[in-house]
Amino acid sequence: MKKTYKIEVDCANCANKMEEATKNTKGVKDAVVNFMTLKLTVEFEEGVNVDSVMKEVIKNCKVVEDDCEIYV
Amino acid sequence: MNKKQKKVLVRIIISAALMIVLGFVPVKGYVRFALYMVPYLVIGYDILRKSVKGILKKQVFDENFLMSVATVGAIILGEYTEGVAVMLFYQIGELFQSYAVGKSRRNISELMDIRPDYANVEIDGRLEKKDPDEIEIGTIIIVNPGEKVPIDGVVLEGKSSVDTKALTGESVPREINVGTEIISGCINLTGVLKIKTTREFGESTVSRILELVENASSKKSKSEKFISKFAKYYTPIVCCLALALGFLPPLVSGFFLNGNYNFGMWIYRALTFLVISCPCALVISIPLTLFAGIGGASKQGILVKGSNYMETLSKAKYVVMDKTGTLTEGVFEVTKINAVDIEENELVKYAAHAESSSSHPISKSLIKAYGNGIDRSIVRDIEEISGYGIKAIVDNKEVAIGNEKLMKKLNIEYKEVGEVGTIVHVCIDNDYKGYIVISDVIKQNSKAAIKHLKQNGIKKTIMLTGDSKGASNYVRNELKIDEVHSELLPEDKVMKIENVLNNARKNEKLVFVGDGINDAPVLSRADVGIAMGALGSDAAIEAADVVIMDDDPLKISKAIRIAKKTMSIVYQNIYFAIGIKIICLILGAIGIANMWLAIFADVGVMVLAILNAIRALFVKKL
Repeated sequence: MKKTYKIEVDCANCANKMEEATKNTKGVKDAVVNFMTLKLTVEFEEGVNVDSVMKEVIKNCKVVEDDCEIYV
Repeated sequence: MNKKQKKVLVRIIISAALMIVLGFVPVKGYVRFALYMVPYLVIGYDILRKSVKGILKKQVFDENFLMSVATVGAIILGEYTEGVAVMLFYQIGELFQSYAVGKSRRNISELMDIRPDYANVEIDGRLEKKDPDEIEIGTIIIVNPGEKVPIDGVVLEGKSSVDTKALTGESVPREINVGTEIISGCINLTGVLKIKTTREFGESTVSRILELVENASSKKSKSEKFISKFAKYYTPIVCCLALALGFLPPLVSGFFLNGNYNFGMWIYRALTFLVISCPCALVISIPLTLFAGIGGASKQGILVKGSNYMETLSKAKYVVMDKTGTLTEGVFEVTKINAVDIEENELVKYAAHAESSSSHPISKSLIKAYGNGIDRSIVRDIEEISGYGIKAIVDNKEVAIGNEKLMKKLNIEYKEVGEVGTIVHVCIDNDYKGYIVISDVIKQNSKAAIKHLKQNGIKKTIMLTGDSKGASNYVRNELKIDEVHSELLPEDKVMKIENVLNNARKNEKLVFVGDGINDAPVLSRADVGIAMGALGSDAAIEAADVVIMDDDPLKISKAIRIAKKTMSIVYQNIYFAIGIKIICLILGAIGIANMWLAIFADVGVMVLAILNAIRALFVKKL
């Protein structure tokens, strides 16, 4: 399942770091951050609880870039 | 500028002003340190705070941390001015980046914004503006002159012309009549139109196009992936180098050479390294360039469905094209009339009337060529002889019309014809009266399109068609196409493409152009599949990687040129940014570049790279 979220982040490298952090979150199959349109597309693994995975994603993104926002 | 940016701007101004004032204040020692700490904290407090947070989260290579180390280090070495200046310029650079990216993001989005805001629905004789999302299929909507058509539909009442420029880049308006299918995103120009919607808003052309373009930059190109990877390793490597530079040379010279450690100088050089360690200029300019390129192309009616396709398209060396509908109009027309002992229009009149009850494309083109409307009262006894032609009584004359076989069957002497296309012989009251040639017409721009492809470095142009050898060779000679394969079934087309792919070198990409009908397997097998004339055709938009909204074949070479320009800007930025950084690192290591130069190089490169990226947006004249 794929879902797209609006994000807020200032620098392109931070966007890359967020992408990496999201990809490394458990329950996430793949993720793409589009810095130009400020969107995060997350592909979840089968049968995971999207809400709790997204909570982890936000936590992990905050670690690599404190100044970022994901609007779930 | 938004609130956040304004705040930073104010801090920059205050801090810069303080620095100028401090330049004239002759103080020494702790007072001087204390005074310089004021502009430093004004400009850098958030960076310092973030870097402390970063350390707590074990993010050592975070650029806030690196900037903090560099500037704090400079201050410890007594270089107050440089410490503050580096922080100041770093912030100026960040501000410019966020402002420029935000602005171009808005500009490009606006460029692509064809989203209609409302739909007019008539309720109790009054027009009401409704959210297009709430309109159900089959609703009747009214579009006034000057308004955007919000949802796909069929015209019930009204006559007008519509501007499809936002969708196709084509500036000549289209004529719209009752019964015409109309697609969303067009602008109604002259008359009021009453439209019955045939789709929901989300399924309408305009929504699909918007979705496609917005998602395009999510499919990342190789160069973007390369840069992200580069950025990932660049910072740690530069930091390690800085560490080595700060301690190894002084230790070596201290222990083994002259006993002079000279830590101060080497640490200063190491701090210079840290200033250049931020990869932001690189990382920002590549996606920005591709985004601008995709935006510019979509304004020209060329939708590129991903940054990766932009990259592949720029390496196109083979262009394989479908014939019917791509290079030719795909519509049959009477191209030649050869009348014997009869007026040309008389001949067409008899032929058209005899064929008047058939729905075959040949019959339709005859009726169209006659143009005066069919008088059915003069036609009777129509007899269709399958595989031969038609016999009928028209105007009390016995008309036989069909191919050579029919003429032979009726024992009528006919002329052998060497023309390309379908030949229709006409015989009236057992007298041979001549023939009519019906063929598919080559598009006006096809010849120029092939020529432009050649001029743009395409090695080979190839045409594939299911049509006969004669017809395809004619098109080949007219258009000067390099290679033609005719009488192919759809699966043969895939095989032909495989052949070309097998013979191509690794960096030579193959583009297939088709009209999207029956082309799906070939479109997906090619490196880049381009669908033409796809306005309103869902299947084509779905299957292709690049969609050309109208059916102008010149857009093929235009798409390639846009891709080439965009990619050349991408490479310019990559080489330029990496090059300057490496030069600065070398100069910094041998002590020629000081911190001033380093920060100017860092911020300057970013500014130039961003400005260069914006150039990709301007593709109109290509």
